Amino acid sequence: MSERHHIIPVWFFVGLLLLIYGALILYSGIVEWRNPPPTILSNLHAPVWWGGIMVVLGIVYVRMFRPRRHA
Amino acid sequence: MTCALILQTPERLVHLSKIDLAIIAIYFLAVLCIGFYLKRFAQSGEDFFLAGREMTAWVAGLSFLSANLGSLELLGWAGSSYQYGILAVHWYWIGAIPAMLFLAIVMMPFYYISKTHSVPGYLQLRYGKAASGLSAVSFALMTILMSGVNMFAMAKVMQVVLGWNIHFSIWISSLTVGIYVASGGLFSAIFNEVLQFFLIWFGALLIPILGLIETGGWKGMVARIQQNFPGQDYTHAWSTLGRFSNNPMGMHWTGIVFGLAAVISMGYWTTDFLVVQRVLSAKDLRSAKLAPIIGSYFKMAVPLIVIVPGLLGLAVLHEHLVPESALQPGQHSYNEVLPLMLARYCGPGLMGLGVTALVAGFMAGMAGNVSAFATVWTYDIYRPFLRKAASDHHYVSMGRWCTIIGLFISIGTAYVVMGFASIMDYVQALFSFFIAPLFGTVLLGMLWKRATPAGGFFGLLAGTSTAVGIFLSMKLNPNLIAVFALSPLAKGLAQDMYQALWSWLVCVIVTIAVSLATAPKPASELTGLVYGLTPIPKEEGVPLFHRPIFWAAVAFALFLILQIVFR
Repeated sequence: MSERHHIIPVWFFVGLLLLIYGALILYSGIVEWRNPPPTILSNLHAPVWWGGIMVVLGIVYVRMFRPRRHA
Repeated sequence: MTCALILQTPERLVHLSKIDLAIIAIYFLAVLCIGFYLKRFAQSGEDFFLAGREMTAWVAGLSFLSANLGSLELLGWAGSSYQYGILAVHWYWIGAIPAMLFLAIVMMPFYYISKTHSVPGYLQLRYGKAASGLSAVSFALMTILMSGVNMFAMAKVMQVVLGWNIHFSIWISSLTVGIYVASGGLFSAIFNEVLQFFLIWFGALLIPILGLIETGGWKGMVARIQQNFPGQDYTHAWSTLGRFSNNPMGMHWTGIVFGLAAVISMGYWTTDFLVVQRVLSAKDLRSAKLAPIIGSYFKMAVPLIVIVPGLLGLAVLHEHLVPESALQPGQHSYNEVLPLMLARYCGPGLMGLGVTALVAGFMAGMAGNVSAFATVWTYDIYRPFLRKAASDHHYVSMGRWCTIIGLFISIGTAYVVMGFASIMDYVQALFSFFIAPLFGTVLLGMLWKRATPAGGFFGLLAGTSTAVGIFLSMKLNPNLIAVFALSPLAKGLAQDMYQALWSWLVCVIVTIAVSLATAPKPASELTGLVYGLTPIPKEEGVPLFHRPIFWAAVAFALFLILQIVFR
């Protein structure tokens, strides 16, 4: 993104945030698995698969855009 | 728990758990850390005000879109889709896509090749100081007032939805935005907008997914709406626009096509510096042209997280929501449909993500306003009129101070609005009216070399005065609505469309008339600014899939298909 300044790409920060948020949401989904909150369609366990998707995407972004040493 | 008790009062739409509060706190921490990290890169004027002009097409494109995807926008249009049905989608499709593509293909070469730092900056090169000064002053004033209005609206939403103290919301969000924008300038604003883009999609996309599962898909949703609201058509975008009386918006198709698509959206997407500044940060002309095109694809998808939740509200909510003005205790307003749907489907964790998306949207909106204000004040008012020859370092310092001062003015505006809520409607309405005549001035400047400095100035002045005059006339004498908006049935949004159309026409006619009566600028002074006198780089030899025009054509075809499918 920034040849002149060598700034860490914004995509790395996006990945980091998705990873952290995904992990927290996945964790809350697992904790409430047996006793889901009184929301509509809670039987679908959205926090588990949505959090999982965020974790996977976060890992991909963090790995692809992690800061590297410049020559 | 203690923290939750401090922040919240018993009356609130949604309840936050510890994990939700942690998600919100992480967001604040993240943007502050990113702001401090970016400070070292924002040292020169071009870095601070234009993010070094080194953003890729994707970053500039997402930032361009996100600058318009604030939380007021999300909450307001979700509410509008509950109120008016799928008619609200016109503000995302015909009211955006053609204008974004027009900016990319027709106007961006002139903005980019002229190396201007802002839209008033382009006017200065093209028409001189008078038109530029008028545009810069009106933009700076309205931007900072809008920032305050948004700040108050955010605090109000946080109070209603989360039960947060209104002063807490205003000060915490402003200080955070002030610190990170003053640190990293447009770098910070753009980084935050890209983060916000992802947060909004991940925070809101579950609502249509789970909502459509609950209703049994689109057809099931339509059937439920018809059952809940018999005899009313909420799910056709064009078929009810033949008469003002056929739809709840009091709208006619001419207002949508000529007012919204041809003037308001063209004006907003091509001359509102808040969004154009993002594209000017692109690293080269091809990226600058691609950025709005990339944005257009996502813009076409935004109704999924804004309009569909409103429609789902019509289908699944047992209570009928009411206008803000008719709100009684225990009832909810149209604007609360998105938080209501969020609370319907999202438990702990997901709720925190949804709320963080709203907070991020508000803060990114504020950051966008103050960064655009700092640029226009420093480059288009302070430098040409107050201090012409200072060092680059001096202007960067001015930009940083402007950011902080602009935020304090915004906070002041927020408190004024708190005392006189009706001001909010006026400020929001007036802001949009400055845009329509500005589009006329910029368009003629780019496409007609005969347009003169006097023509540009007097056209812009006449157009802006017309917009304000029509607005005030209709407010003071409702009988004039039938004159200006062509029907006494025309409601607020329909009135806006015709006001914009008339003010644009006046601007164009006055600009042409005055230009023909005054001496034109020599052609040598217009090189790089006007069609026919600007060498535009050719794309011969570039593969078809790499050409902006190809992706613009695909986007336009998709846009047409959507019109036919949802007609």
